[in-house]
Amino acid sequence: MSSDYEFSDDDGDYYVDDEDMIDGTQDESGQSDDDMDMDAYGDDFKVVPKGKRKSYEVDYDSLSQSAVEKLINDDVEHICGIFGVDASIASLLLRYMSWNKERLIEKYMDNPSAITVAAGITVPEPPSPSAPIRSGPSSATQTTPTARRPTRSSTSKFPSFGSSKSTPSKTPSISPAQPFATPRAAKSEPFVCPICFDDSPTLRTLSLDCKHAFCSGCWTAYLSSKIRDEAEHAIRCMAEGCALVTPDPFIQSVLVPEPGAPAGDPAEEAENAATWARFQELVVRHFVASNPNLKYCPYPSCTNTVSCPSAALKASLITVVPTVSCGARGVGGQMSQSQSQPAQSSLGVAGREHRFCFGCPIESDHRPVVCGVARMWLKKCRDDSETANWIKSNTKECTMCQSTIEKNGGCNHMTCKKCKHEFCWVCMGPWSEHGTAWYSCNRYDEKGGVDARDAQSKSRASLERYLHYYNRWANHEQSAKLSLDLYAKTEKKMEDMQITSALTWIEVQFMKKAVEEVDKCRMTLKWTYAMAYYLAKGNEKDLFEDNQRDLEKAVEDLSELLESPIEAENIPALRQKVTDKTVYVQKRNEIVLEDTATGFLDSRWKWNVTVDGFDDPEKSDN
Amino acid sequence: MASISARRLSKELSEIRSEGCPVGINLVQADDFATWLFTIEVMGESLYQGEVHTLQFRFDTSYPISSPAVQFVVTDGKQAPVHPHVYSNGHICASILGNEWSPVLSVVAVCVTLQSMLASCKKKERPVDNDRYVRNAPDNPKKTRFHYDDDTV
Ligand SMILES: [Zn+2]
Ligand SMILES: [Zn+2]
Ligand SMILES: [Zn+2]
Ligand SMILES: [Zn+2]
Ligand SMILES: [Zn+2]
Ligand SMILES: [Zn+2]
Repeated sequence: MSSDYEFSDDDGDYYVDDEDMIDGTQDESGQSDDDMDMDAYGDDFKVVPKGKRKSYEVDYDSLSQSAVEKLINDDVEHICGIFGVDASIASLLLRYMSWNKERLIEKYMDNPSAITVAAGITVPEPPSPSAPIRSGPSSATQTTPTARRPTRSSTSKFPSFGSSKSTPSKTPSISPAQPFATPRAAKSEPFVCPICFDDSPTLRTLSLDCKHAFCSGCWTAYLSSKIRDEAEHAIRCMAEGCALVTPDPFIQSVLVPEPGAPAGDPAEEAENAATWARFQELVVRHFVASNPNLKYCPYPSCTNTVSCPSAALKASLITVVPTVSCGARGVGGQMSQSQSQPAQSSLGVAGREHRFCFGCPIESDHRPVVCGVARMWLKKCRDDSETANWIKSNTKECTMCQSTIEKNGGCNHMTCKKCKHEFCWVCMGPWSEHGTAWYSCNRYDEKGGVDARDAQSKSRASLERYLHYYNRWANHEQSAKLSLDLYAKTEKKMEDMQITSALTWIEVQFMKKAVEEVDKCRMTLKWTYAMAYYLAKGNEKDLFEDNQRDLEKAVEDLSELLESPIEAENIPALRQKVTDKTVYVQKRNEIVLEDTATGFLDSRWKWNVTVDGFDDPEKSDN
Repeated sequence: MASISARRLSKELSEIRSEGCPVGINLVQADDFATWLFTIEVMGESLYQGEVHTLQFRFDTSYPISSPAVQFVVTDGKQAPVHPHVYSNGHICASILGNEWSPVLSVVAVCVTLQSMLASCKKKERPVDNDRYVRNAPDNPKKTRFHYDDDTV
């Protein structure tokens, strides 16, 4: 069975074809020029004046669940006004058409009964004698499940559009006044629930327009299972083969007791109320997923949405990296929606801003590299994870004396405790050469690949090349984590110092700001290695790697400074140094982001592989 | 909820014991409300003449609100029927076990549907993605989100 009803959420790639765009449903959602920059830096740290969008930023808005619900209501009211149906019907029709108002209006004008049947709002006209037998309204009296022969699914639960199999030729009038039967009292004839076989006379039974009656307990269990376990936003009647969909007021009447109803089990009522809330969230999620201008925040238990029309077209993703933030921070119970007190944000995952990519499923900021290349790189890393696993180890041997050295901070400038040899953790080369202009730890020497003649040495060269980039990629990730861990210890010390010395709270914040900046820049650096791996050789790549090297050098210097011993008397001097270096690091980061983003806008970057949306690579021996 | 599933299953079981199963379907084992076994055989003209297969039902407390886990037994020398919707590990791609499940359906109703799925088969072959699926399949077929690609099951 193929039905247009379901929408695919397989790979998070929900883009509609550019030509087939939903016609401006939310285009009017005003793009404010509000600067979404929530960096936790004071004015001394600002490099670029606030309020001006940089070339590596996109315009976007963050919307709360209720703001999206308002958009939904606008659409629903619009449809109510045109069709003269009530809100719950309009809402089901819109959901059935994936919130495409224009197509809904078209279909409805064409054949209102076909679409209301297809959307599960009205029961189809009685089928012709040749049609398969449906379970009739008598199911309420049917107590033996064994007696029922299941009808085949070819009776078409949700006929595809255009299918007229179950569409009566004449147009019945739709009665919006009574979309579903209200809870009714048990009839005189004894009722046995066909699901749980409960036959108690006080049983509360409910049914939709189809009159398939079941007890309220079974409805509650069924709706809860559909909502909680299957995350469905369109739930069909429980009867076999019945295509009617439960309208929202019905779901609400089952899950939420009417005001004044006798109080039930409080725990159960709380659970049902949570299920109802979850259902409303599912409707919002469906609306958001149906609209290319919107994306739901991927952070756990966050219900915010981001609107970013400029990144809605797939074609835009070769020129922009749409990094957005929903405005909230933290996870689960410790989440804060506050945008106005960024200074109080704590470091680490728990307090991190909900930053994600609007254009792809990557749940972090992957600037400067575009989505297509970032995803290609992540796939490569997944495929080669075994090969590269050894790199993640936290210990290496000193190249001079072979003693084991453990890395416990973010700094990559290592000094062997035993022989005092200073070297670079990443390339294992002597540190003394790292400051000089001719040495470049970040660049891969492609010479080896050219010399390789036979297949085996060619594949070794290609593995070596990959490991060069992967090593640096993984190391920035790890170093960022290690410096956050280390900072947790420093923070305690700084706070103690605030008590024992004359320093103010503001004066001890410089370390935190620097650590945050290092973390941010290491993320940029991380992704520059994904980018460089795929960049075609040439001048452009050389310039890219110059910027990468300068940022890396600045970050390593600051990182090292952050690990220097802190004493109350050296704080003022340290503060000055750290502040200066932080500003410099920020500037280098701006340059990398700015230059790469401009390069995408100018189509300056060429790849050594085929990247979706870009020109094919020129023949090269990469 | 535990009471609903136990109550339903005991009701279904007593009905099977008193009225028996439809032709070609036999209850083999139902010692508890966790696992039941049936044999199933297609009567009359069909590609499966003379074949007897064993169907396993696994229930949890969410039955019948959500579907039971149903598969053909492929251990102890038993085999799954060769059918375009039956994988060699016994998993079945049938919409009534997935998104078309209705809490009104019963164990016997599932058996009858699967019996007629075999009866109407025109060519004995495994699903095209059999090898790939079987290699990565979860133990419980309910964990698989099958894509129901035709209207006949
Ligand atoms: Zn019931
Ligand atoms: Zn119904
Ligand atoms: Zn969020
Ligand atoms: Zn992306
Ligand atoms: Zn050493
Ligand atoms: Zn190095």
